[in-house]
Amino acid sequence: MTTKLFGEPVRRREDARLVTGQGRYLDDLGPGALAAAFVRSPHAHARIRDIDVSAALDVDGLVAIYTWEDLPGALAEPLPLLIPHPALTHGRTAYPLAKDVVRHVGEPIVMVVAEDRYIAEDACALIDVEYEFLKPVVGVEEAVQGVHLVHEDVPGNVGAHMVQEVPSRDGRSAAEAIAAAPHTLEFRLDIERSACMPLEGKGVYARWDADDQSLRVYSSTQTSTSVRMAVAAKLGLPLPKVEVIAPDVGGGFGVKIVHPWPEEILIPWAARLLDREIKWTEDRREHFVSSAHERAQVQHVRVGFDDEGRVLGLDVTILHDNGAYTPYGIIVPIITSTQLLGPYKIGAYRVEFSSIYTNTVQVTPYRGAGRPQGVFCMERTMDRVAAYLGRDRTEVRAANFIGPDEFPYDQGLIFQDGRPLIYDSGNYPESLRMLKELIGWDSFPEMKARAAADGRRIGIGVGCYVEGTGVGPYEGGHVQVTSDGRVHVSTGLTSQGQGHETVFAQIAATELGVPIEKVSVVTGDTRRFGYAVGTFASRAAVMSGNAIALACRKVREKALRIAADALEADPRDLEITDGIVHVAGTPSASIPLATVAVLSNPLRYAFDEETKRATQFSGASSMDRPPVDEGEEPGLEGRDYYSPIRSTFASGMHAAIVETDPETAEITILRYAVVHDCGKLINPMIVEGQIHGGVAQGVGGALYEKMVYDEYGQLLNASFMDFLMPYATEVPRIETAHLETPSPLNPLGIKGAGEAGVIPVSAVIASAVEDAEAIPIDRMPISPSDLHTLRLRLAR
Amino acid sequence: MSDATTRYAITLVVNGVVREAEVPARRLLSDCLRHDLGLTGTHVGCEHGVCGACTVLLDGEPVRSCLTFAVTVDGHEITTVEGLARDGEPSPVQRAFTECHGLQCGFCTPGFLCTATAFLRENPTPTDEEVLEAVSGNLCRCTGYQNIVKAVHRAAEIQAELPTEPQPGLLQAENGSGDSGERGNTA
Repeated sequence: MTTKLFGEPVRRREDARLVTGQGRYLDDLGPGALAAAFVRSPHAHARIRDIDVSAALDVDGLVAIYTWEDLPGALAEPLPLLIPHPALTHGRTAYPLAKDVVRHVGEPIVMVVAEDRYIAEDACALIDVEYEFLKPVVGVEEAVQGVHLVHEDVPGNVGAHMVQEVPSRDGRSAAEAIAAAPHTLEFRLDIERSACMPLEGKGVYARWDADDQSLRVYSSTQTSTSVRMAVAAKLGLPLPKVEVIAPDVGGGFGVKIVHPWPEEILIPWAARLLDREIKWTEDRREHFVSSAHERAQVQHVRVGFDDEGRVLGLDVTILHDNGAYTPYGIIVPIITSTQLLGPYKIGAYRVEFSSIYTNTVQVTPYRGAGRPQGVFCMERTMDRVAAYLGRDRTEVRAANFIGPDEFPYDQGLIFQDGRPLIYDSGNYPESLRMLKELIGWDSFPEMKARAAADGRRIGIGVGCYVEGTGVGPYEGGHVQVTSDGRVHVSTGLTSQGQGHETVFAQIAATELGVPIEKVSVVTGDTRRFGYAVGTFASRAAVMSGNAIALACRKVREKALRIAADALEADPRDLEITDGIVHVAGTPSASIPLATVAVLSNPLRYAFDEETKRATQFSGASSMDRPPVDEGEEPGLEGRDYYSPIRSTFASGMHAAIVETDPETAEITILRYAVVHDCGKLINPMIVEGQIHGGVAQGVGGALYEKMVYDEYGQLLNASFMDFLMPYATEVPRIETAHLETPSPLNPLGIKGAGEAGVIPVSAVIASAVEDAEAIPIDRMPISPSDLHTLRLRLAR
Repeated sequence: MSDATTRYAITLVVNGVVREAEVPARRLLSDCLRHDLGLTGTHVGCEHGVCGACTVLLDGEPVRSCLTFAVTVDGHEITTVEGLARDGEPSPVQRAFTECHGLQCGFCTPGFLCTATAFLRENPTPTDEEVLEAVSGNLCRCTGYQNIVKAVHRAAEIQAELPTEPQPGLLQAENGSGDSGERGNTA
């Protein structure tokens, strides 16, 4: 294996088309398609009394109008509850079009199909929906009082209640351990709502082929295979008659893993019914009010610890706001409650969460998926313990670290994949050492003193996390070498900017010993690969990367077998270099992989010079065996799957230095440092890019982004004017260092990297602002006016 | 008064090619480029002028095509991302974004490319501050901007190494009269 590309910063193969405007995103497809638009509820909670479409019927260019009453069969049922869980006793999902009651602003009620989007929206504006107002339930603490209900049949608005408890090694419960601890603290933390906000919203485009009785659906999704199954089931079509393709996707960050969105089944349904191509492209306001949000939680913490700051007992109670529906189950609060433990050995742990309905947009995973909240909780706890004891914050963390020799480390909990939370590998003390060096932790007090002498306030903060990545159940890869020597790789999961076409090609080129230029990669196209789960949970590289490597190894083995026959050599003596199979040390005894591909497929009919070699009178095959031997298949191709026993666990530590303006309370990040360990790096340039993007989203969540709902359940800042995402001027330069602790769980030794950057940022910024201001920070995000208010409160 | 259905014939010079379209008065330039002229490289991220993904060059100056009615630019010259390359060769800005990993999902990229192209024409040797300022009107949700900023600097370098020649679609804007419409020269 001489063509080593694994681990190299190979430039992206996606870019040539994307920088020239040749990408194909959802709305770039289907130029002649009809357009759909939706009448969405302007009210957070109301009963629909009447829908009058008569005024819309005269709109020139109108094609069709549909309400819930038009929906047949399974389409009229609530959308699937994707991830059931025994603790989710009151899971509720929406109807594709509202039936009787709307439960958040933005819920779709009527679908309009017209010649173009302008006309469809004209028609929407003329549809009159009569509402009977119901009391909106806003805010998780109001909701949990249960005075008014989001769903009539969900008492107390509690969708799920779950407790996990891990006793200490000497058998004490968390309550006992805290009661017996030398020191205890108790406090509350708040985290606001944010959202994924990919620059491209959702979108669906469907074509019905009446001649073939088949359906092709394009969706800006993170899971084309699952959308396909849902569409087939909802429309009552045979699965082989439905294909779903994720084209170029303009970012996902979690929101596009949820499926089927109402539009993902309504558009295909209407396309078939009307026998016309139909497209729906979400606009920005729709994305704000009718997709998904995340993060909002209220946490109550009790902690008991010793003089060294070792946590002897930790008890966390979480109120989790799941919005109006729970299509994605309780994955987010499960992740918060399990990943909260981070890189630490906690004496005894009890975590309890209630997942609460409110009349707001549903909550489903956003990059980090519950981890930022868990890390905020644990890292705020570490800082408070350190402050109480007067110890250095990093010392307290180090006192609680799992040691490098303690892996695999069983945290005693059940993780989001239903499997034990057992960390595979890591080196937390080394990570912390690297971080302290990178940011200059030990010399910071002098820097702070110098700044103070100039009348400036600066502070340093730190945050550590462990991230379960690469969750199962599986992914697959298919690799085919064709007679022209090209290598075609496909995997079912999808891409939203992670550079899969590049990294998977690097893996295939390395495994097969071919130039990367010969390798092409297709993702998210069910025509090419039908079995997959999707892209989420930092899993694509781990799952599909390993599956593709395994598939390549099958292909390689077969290629060497066939080449050995042709060269009359022992397959164990063969190598593949630059697409040529040769005897090690004897380059002249060789055969191109292209020829091996020809020979792998015994032919009756040649189609070019090269393929004549494989025809029946060429003498290529032995007369003693059938042309395709027992146990063999024609073709030089391989398919394999990777299904892990459990998740891998990446980790990292971040530190920041911030400055707070004594007058304006503006918070500026002066430096931001990241030490990151995601196991073996396939492409360091791409991993670095993932970290950058994650940190930027983290900065947004820490300082700027929140969804502001009023008491009526109106989202007040549903635009980019008012929901403040960071521009280049808000993101500091990000300094990074990598530690590579390979995962023992998979052949490539990799862990995931997609979410890492975002996870500890709120915790880090809170830590740094607290250090600068000497004011306890207990909620995120923190704006200048929030900080100003805190200063005033402290001054009183 | 115009209604939703009355159509107006307009002529645009898009990427150096004369293009004609019949559009209602309310048709956005972004929709006209994408759906009437089939130039889907210009993307729409917010439709309220904040994200900058839809940025194109109007007579050489960056504008938000989602905030521009197509009928208002009748007779003007427009450069989209499809028009940045020259003779099949990527422009310095396009090359630099690829070299520096300045894009991930690529959705916001056309807006950054157009913005940076116009910026580097005005200021071929920018400082760090100036680059940051130049790209601070465009949103990217993937890259954290680190490599976008690097890419703009790199594009300046590449541009400086190239023999000077007129840049695609870039009409030299006179100071204070960006809509003069006169063909300038960038040499």
